[in-house]
Amino acid sequence: MDSALMSRGVKRCPTWQFILWLCLFGGVLLWGVYAILLIWLKGLNQTNMNDNYGFALWIWADLGVIALGGGAFFTGFLKYVVGKDDLKNIINYAVIIGFICYSSALLILAIDVGQPLRSWFIFWHANVHSMLTEVAFCLSCYFAVLTIEFIPLILENRQIDKVPFFHNLSHNMHKVMAVFAATGAFLSFFHQGSLGGTPSVLFGRPFSYREGLLIWPWTFFLFTWSAAAYGPCFTLFVTRITEKVTKKKLVKQNTIDLLAKISGWMIATYIIAKIIDTWYWATVTAPSKGFAFMDFYSNNPLYGIWILVLEIVVCGIVPAIILLTPKGRNNSVALFIAVTLGCIGVLLNRWVMVLQVVAMPVMTFDKWVMYIPSWQEVATTILPVAYGIIVLMITYRYLPIFPQEQELNPNP
Amino acid sequence: MKKEVKNEKAKKYGMVIDLDKCTGCGACMVACMSENNVPFKEDESNKLDSIAWMRVYKLTNGKPFPEADICYLPRPCMHCEGHNGHAPCVSVCPATATDYNHETGIVSQIYTRCFGCRYCMVACPYHARYFNWWDPVWPEGMEKYLNPDVSPRMRGVVEKCSFCFHRYQTAMNKAYVEGRRKLEEDEYQTSCAQACPADAITFGDLNDPAHAVHQIAKPDLKHGGRSSNPNAFRLLERLGTNPKVYYLSSREWVRRAGDNYLKKDKTVKKLH
Ligand code: SF4
Ligand code: SF4
Repeated sequence: MDSALMSRGVKRCPTWQFILWLCLFGGVLLWGVYAILLIWLKGLNQTNMNDNYGFALWIWADLGVIALGGGAFFTGFLKYVVGKDDLKNIINYAVIIGFICYSSALLILAIDVGQPLRSWFIFWHANVHSMLTEVAFCLSCYFAVLTIEFIPLILENRQIDKVPFFHNLSHNMHKVMAVFAATGAFLSFFHQGSLGGTPSVLFGRPFSYREGLLIWPWTFFLFTWSAAAYGPCFTLFVTRITEKVTKKKLVKQNTIDLLAKISGWMIATYIIAKIIDTWYWATVTAPSKGFAFMDFYSNNPLYGIWILVLEIVVCGIVPAIILLTPKGRNNSVALFIAVTLGCIGVLLNRWVMVLQVVAMPVMTFDKWVMYIPSWQEVATTILPVAYGIIVLMITYRYLPIFPQEQELNPNP
Repeated sequence: MKKEVKNEKAKKYGMVIDLDKCTGCGACMVACMSENNVPFKEDESNKLDSIAWMRVYKLTNGKPFPEADICYLPRPCMHCEGHNGHAPCVSVCPATATDYNHETGIVSQIYTRCFGCRYCMVACPYHARYFNWWDPVWPEGMEKYLNPDVSPRMRGVVEKCSFCFHRYQTAMNKAYVEGRRKLEEDEYQTSCAQACPADAITFGDLNDPAHAVHQIAKPDLKHGGRSSNPNAFRLLERLGTNPKVYYLSSREWVRRAGDNYLKKDKTVKKLH
């Protein structure tokens, strides 16, 4: 029925099946939209946040999707700036995934503020000392860059491409893409970094506070580094799932192998830096404020030392080893486990840097406070997942995302 | 004829709270709520989402009878100076909706500019900042008793203790009309300080040697305002927040409860 919209020479599922799945995820999306409306109309009392948990599930989700979306800027940087041309076979998908992640982050931010209609104050009354100001500026600019990177892809749709203007526009945009990729990498460096700075400039919160270089705490660099390391894991993770769902090989192994290897090196170096950072914080920074290392990991029902072991060893060292060994990369199960662990690791890191920070007491007569999100918070956090799946379904169906698809799946 | 008005040196308003005197009666909390039109809910039992600019904490030394001891600790906003006015909450606000006033040392909150991101709440280690999770609803007739000098806040913004800044403005207006720029100590007092029946709260200009707060707190400006009074301490001084609220206690365990120490550490007062 809609085959005229699809690229030539590729096979897609029947329309009814496509629509059925669309409806299913559309339903989840609508559930989230309902929650958003409730929150906008009735206010943030619809959440389980409180005065201890000024930042909670949403800020974690924001930091999380932005880290996972880091695959877009880093792959773009590797392809256009470093010159790893092989990555052209996966860059489109990385851009789309990045676009989904960043648009979701902006949406979540729009729900998370108490007075959404005043959100523009962050630009108008900008406080140059605030990390959030830097985040807001770079995030918006980078989202614009991602949109620009996404447009030529949309223009490549078979029907749109027939219009000479769009055909030429897409062609010309492709030619200047290196400029945007470089700009994107530059902007990403700053907003990923300032997101890392967000908890670490809080000198009133010894759990997240870090010293650093000039005005930037060490986590500024660690967050950028980890996004560049784990972002590609998410790109590989989603690609693998897409291949499973479509029952097709979509990207050649050499491209996957290259990205996985680079990601492995990045994770390995990041984890070394993270261990040094943790060591210094535990032995110098925190004690200077009167905190022993175990104060951060005891006297509460959830945050034990296991969380640090899980983040650094299980979701850091293990995936790094798998991704750095050719055997690990060539074994599809091991590779999938590694990229999944990588994604969990970066999400866990963002979780502790948001939620453990506020859960922990600072005044001696304060107590740990735990929090369980309300269904409205959960629904609005699941919404981006449904939205992401829908965007991926539509783009995969109608756009030539994977340049190697035809070659890998010749039609009988 | 216009009088010559001399510029005064910058003030640094602060507080000294004598914990040996505080009985935990909560009069300061009540006075603050009514003075500042602080909204309340029908059910205030959940302290995590109810607003109290001034909150009285109960501290215990954790020892069994007969050594058991308790202490009540009133906690307003500390009006932290941080380093050069970079209070923990001020430097993080992306919209400059909270500001450190170098003339008075007071940390302000601009309700109409705050867009409710709550970054400042996360930054404040004293839980002195509160979010308006609901629109304020006053019991019928009570809106007539609201303080006309203080604007009520709307849903979705953060609020906190202002050291009754509107009282400062009123006092300054009066002084200007009278051709003065200097306020007498009793011309500007916070509502909690006046309400305390035990006279546990003293308020004034820490920079002015004539003011009681200066004489009691004896701030050592070379050491970030640390008190030279052996019984005085500030909450979480070691974090570098540089608060302007000093506490007094003759009891070592109370002073030690004011900050975090490793087991081997001595309490700050003993260290210096
Ligand atoms: S006590 Fe909290 S709200 Fe008050 S100035 Fe200090 S950091 Fe800011
Ligand atoms: S909640 Fe308001 S005052 Fe606090 S940081 Fe955000 S905009 Fe600033």
